[in-house]
Amino acid sequence: MAAGSTDIVGLSGAEKQFGAADADAVRLDGAEKQFGAANIDIVRLDGAEKHFGAVRALGGADFHVGPGECVGLVGHNGAGKSTLMHMVAGTLTPDSGTIAVHGGIEENYSVSRARQLGIRCVFQELSLCPNLSVAENTRINHASLTGFGWRHKAAELIAAKLDEIFPDHGISAWDIVGDLSIGRRQMVEVARAFTVTQDRLDLVILDEPTSSLDAHTAGQLLAFVRRFVAGGKSCILISHVLGEVLRNADRIVVMRDGKMVASDAACAFDRDRLVTVMGGAEAHRKTAAQAAVATPGTSPLRVQARPTGQTDGKDLVARAGEIIGLAGLAGHGQTDLLLRIFDAAARARAGIEVTAPVALVAGDRQSDGIFPQWSIAQNIGIRSLARLRNGLLISPRREAELADAWKKKIGIRTPDMNNNIFSLSGGNQQKALFARALGSDAEIVLMDDPMRGVDIGTKLEVYDLVREEAGRGRTFLWYTTETEELDNCDHIYVFKNGRIVANLTRDELTEEKIIQSSFGDAA
Amino acid sequence: MASLKTLLTKPWIWSFVGALLVWLATIAFTGGYGAGGMVTAALSLAVFTVIVGVGQMFVITLGPGNVDLSLPANIGLASAVAMKVMGGSDAMIVIGLLAALACGAAIGAINYLLIWALRIPPIIATLSASFIIQSVDISYGRGLQIKPPPGFADFTNWQVLGIPVLAILTVLFTIGAAIALQRMIYGRSVLAIGQNIRAAWLAGVHVGRIRFFTYTLSGALGGIDGALLAGYFRGANVDIGNEYLLASIAVVVIGGTSVAGGKANVPGVWGAALFLVLLLTMLNTFGVSAGVRLLLTGLIIVGVITVAGGEKAVR
Amino acid sequence: MTATPIDNGFKGSAARNAAARARLLRGLLPALSLALVLAAIAWLNPRAISYFGFSLMLNLAIPIALATIAQMFVIAGNELDLSIGTFVGFVGCVTATWLKDAPLIGVLILLGSIGVYALLGALIHLRNLPSIVVTLGTSFVWQGLAILVLPKPGGKAPDWLLAIMAFKPPFIPFPIIAALLIAATVHFGLMRTSYGVILRGSGGNPAALRRAGWSLLKTKIVLFSLAGVFGVLSGMALIGITTSADANIGNGYTLLAIAGVILGGGEFVGGRVSPIGAVIGALTLALAASPLLTFMHIPPDWQVAANGAILIIVLAARVLISRRER
Repeated sequence: MAAGSTDIVGLSGAEKQFGAADADAVRLDGAEKQFGAANIDIVRLDGAEKHFGAVRALGGADFHVGPGECVGLVGHNGAGKSTLMHMVAGTLTPDSGTIAVHGGIEENYSVSRARQLGIRCVFQELSLCPNLSVAENTRINHASLTGFGWRHKAAELIAAKLDEIFPDHGISAWDIVGDLSIGRRQMVEVARAFTVTQDRLDLVILDEPTSSLDAHTAGQLLAFVRRFVAGGKSCILISHVLGEVLRNADRIVVMRDGKMVASDAACAFDRDRLVTVMGGAEAHRKTAAQAAVATPGTSPLRVQARPTGQTDGKDLVARAGEIIGLAGLAGHGQTDLLLRIFDAAARARAGIEVTAPVALVAGDRQSDGIFPQWSIAQNIGIRSLARLRNGLLISPRREAELADAWKKKIGIRTPDMNNNIFSLSGGNQQKALFARALGSDAEIVLMDDPMRGVDIGTKLEVYDLVREEAGRGRTFLWYTTETEELDNCDHIYVFKNGRIVANLTRDELTEEKIIQSSFGDAA
Repeated sequence: MASLKTLLTKPWIWSFVGALLVWLATIAFTGGYGAGGMVTAALSLAVFTVIVGVGQMFVITLGPGNVDLSLPANIGLASAVAMKVMGGSDAMIVIGLLAALACGAAIGAINYLLIWALRIPPIIATLSASFIIQSVDISYGRGLQIKPPPGFADFTNWQVLGIPVLAILTVLFTIGAAIALQRMIYGRSVLAIGQNIRAAWLAGVHVGRIRFFTYTLSGALGGIDGALLAGYFRGANVDIGNEYLLASIAVVVIGGTSVAGGKANVPGVWGAALFLVLLLTMLNTFGVSAGVRLLLTGLIIVGVITVAGGEKAVR
Repeated sequence: MTATPIDNGFKGSAARNAAARARLLRGLLPALSLALVLAAIAWLNPRAISYFGFSLMLNLAIPIALATIAQMFVIAGNELDLSIGTFVGFVGCVTATWLKDAPLIGVLILLGSIGVYALLGALIHLRNLPSIVVTLGTSFVWQGLAILVLPKPGGKAPDWLLAIMAFKPPFIPFPIIAALLIAATVHFGLMRTSYGVILRGSGGNPAALRRAGWSLLKTKIVLFSLAGVFGVLSGMALIGITTSADANIGNGYTLLAIAGVILGGGEFVGGRVSPIGAVIGALTLALAASPLLTFMHIPPDWQVAANGAILIIVLAARVLISRRER
């Protein structure tokens, strides 16, 4: 599927050629020498690597932004975009590699250093204080706003910037941020990043800046970004809306699996080529589960559920022995629906029918799954306590038996199941969560993007197990952001803005189809 | 040797070591005089802190922000209820105890009702409840026959070979509580909620039910404690429970239970209660004034939490 | 500045107005409950609504309001102080003894105790300790020190302090003027100054504040020091009214101060506090505590319950308002 040889770079992590903009900096004995002061890169990362535990978030990234340039950064969830941006903004330090700003290599790079050097970042998770007003939140980012009349100075500063970017914003500088809608909060956050008092401002990183904005305000913001760039400043634009990136970026960098896989002028890309490069089509495997499962429609109904925002009467239907995929971009209502189904198993809920016990495999292990003070065995046993009892008391023997049985079956790599859960690698922790669900009496297993940050070996083992369990009549509802996992599913529902927008059988399933429906913007 | 090593890794051992050291220091001071009597007295007094301490421990284990501030008022009211129902008659002892238990359980249930219905933090819910209970107690306890029946007073002071029977019963109760904590669905659920309430819900734990039961249990233990205190001190009064607010939290924390939730320790409650009682005895024996006694108690609590908090930061 | 929103801006602004209305309503709730208590007093005994009536009824309102403000600073940083009551008692004992007999040493002791509060803030932040437990411990410490300073009830307030607290301004009773002054000063300091914003922000979104380069250690130290300052003022004011001290004199203030902050619209987390609300909350509790119930022929037994009931009613009203917001 190689669409061009200069822009798609293999997974080798070797030095990449970035085209014309690269010519002004040349490596000499590990340091950089600058040619032509006018064209010095604002920021430049060389061979940046970052590991979180066993997971490699970034594997030797080379990245740079020149003056007066808007760089678009695209890639699937977990491709390493956020990690890269945190490094540029100074909130994360690379494990190895160098970072240079305005041509000088920064040894002790930090957030405050980044701010001094004129680099700002609008993070995906909002960094406003909800208990303060818009003007007061502006004050937090400007240490120089003090003394008599600071409130009016802050209010004028933010109001002027809001007026400039979003002319009809309808936000007062005295509004308490907690009272604003999420979209308006995002407008404030973006406008605040562009306000200037003492520090210089050269580069603004916008991480999904339009995710909560409607088309009108998103258009205003992007128009402003063009004006900003035209004024000689720079911008990094991260967005899932490919049309936005294609129309507004000067250059587009595509990331996959913690590496840059393409970098080229925006006009060299079109939508299809971006999708192809992002998706990793060469890794497309159709080997999965050809000979699984009962014929649809014949086995008993297990789940019938309608998303809250669904107005056209489309339902998600799952029967015994089926593996149902929930696809689409992250945060478009898949997890919400899974949680509502989980809730409906305990007490009746309107619009949802569940006919068997339910268990959930969390994707966000730390916040939704792991009990950090417990052993692996206890973490597995919690869902099945009632069955582990001998009389009134939980039998340690049965608990150990359950844990050992699943240790063998799912291959948890540990010398002792009584060790603390954190003695395991991330992938094995995830296996323990699978063991918790599969070892229980649940006939329906909900999976909330459980393979996030899990190595490929573990993934393949778990896929086999899921198909095997489905063959025994269990039902799986599988939300995943990794498109190739959908190959394991019998039926796929694609979500967008909290609704089911497409309903595909496995035969109809192609990666392009899913990406087209989930990235379905106007372009 | 190996077993000693494993013993030393248990967090609760240190409160017992502390209690032992304090005891040794005291008898060294008195030249061995009253060593046995001191243990007896310490056991008798520690019992009351242990009973409410166990209830408070389950509540605190539910996670940050969970604490029962209504215990003193609860103890005061239950002591009055018990004495009134017993009415000085030995025949009514069991009924009186059950009444105190029911009164405490009702207070605990109301506490959780406030937390759940008003969605307010447990601190403020149990605090508002305690204001009201206090008034009920003042009003109800006025002009009341508050002396315990002689049989009940004797029972609470009964000793066998210098060991208070109440202490033996309380040891049995705490063994039961320890088993419930580690080996029953209830205890496991409390620990799970305290570590991560969302993960507990997603793992199928009945979060609401468990929290309700825990607050009710803490209330019920406060109730029974009130009745026993009234028997031991031969009379109920409004202030009888006052010192147990701070004491119940202190024994839980010193005993190795995590204030962040999810990690509880029953033996430690005993060790900490004995430690605090013996510490008071020691300071009294040394002839230290009440001021220094309080001062040292406070500094020890701050010291213990500072050290314990440090361990967490290392991990 | 605020242009007319077009297209779908309308819906958003309607929702925002509703949220602002609910917030306004929530903000007025403390004042409403105070007005209700006053109306009840006026109805039961019109003579109470007079210069002397107020002077009498609000007698203890000043120390309660100051202790509530102290607690409010701690709550603004998402912590809780269970020792403010015994601290007020300790300050009272020092005021009635050292401050009168040896003013210089007295002042040094009080300044030192504020320093201890600052250290507590640093300790809690650096070791990441639960403030509830730490201040539980210090509550014993202050009580012990109070007993050491003043073993038996007694002592005497300095004359200048008695003179201040006995001040009778024309027309408006002193407690009301003092309450207005406290509320205005703290409101300006916390809600209007540029560093006040940082202090409140440290409770609202600590991570964002750190990301913007502010020291959370410093904010915590400042908040705890302010709590110490107002605790000292509260203890001194209390002794100025009671003229003599007792080591247990402040014990009830811990819970009253928490209740006052919550009544005044404060929340335990999120840096949402209101100095004006806190003072109003303290006044409400002070009023509800004794005079109102005596006028209503409710026996003094039920005075504490009145505080609990007011707390529950106000919180229930707040839940109702928040539900309507949705």
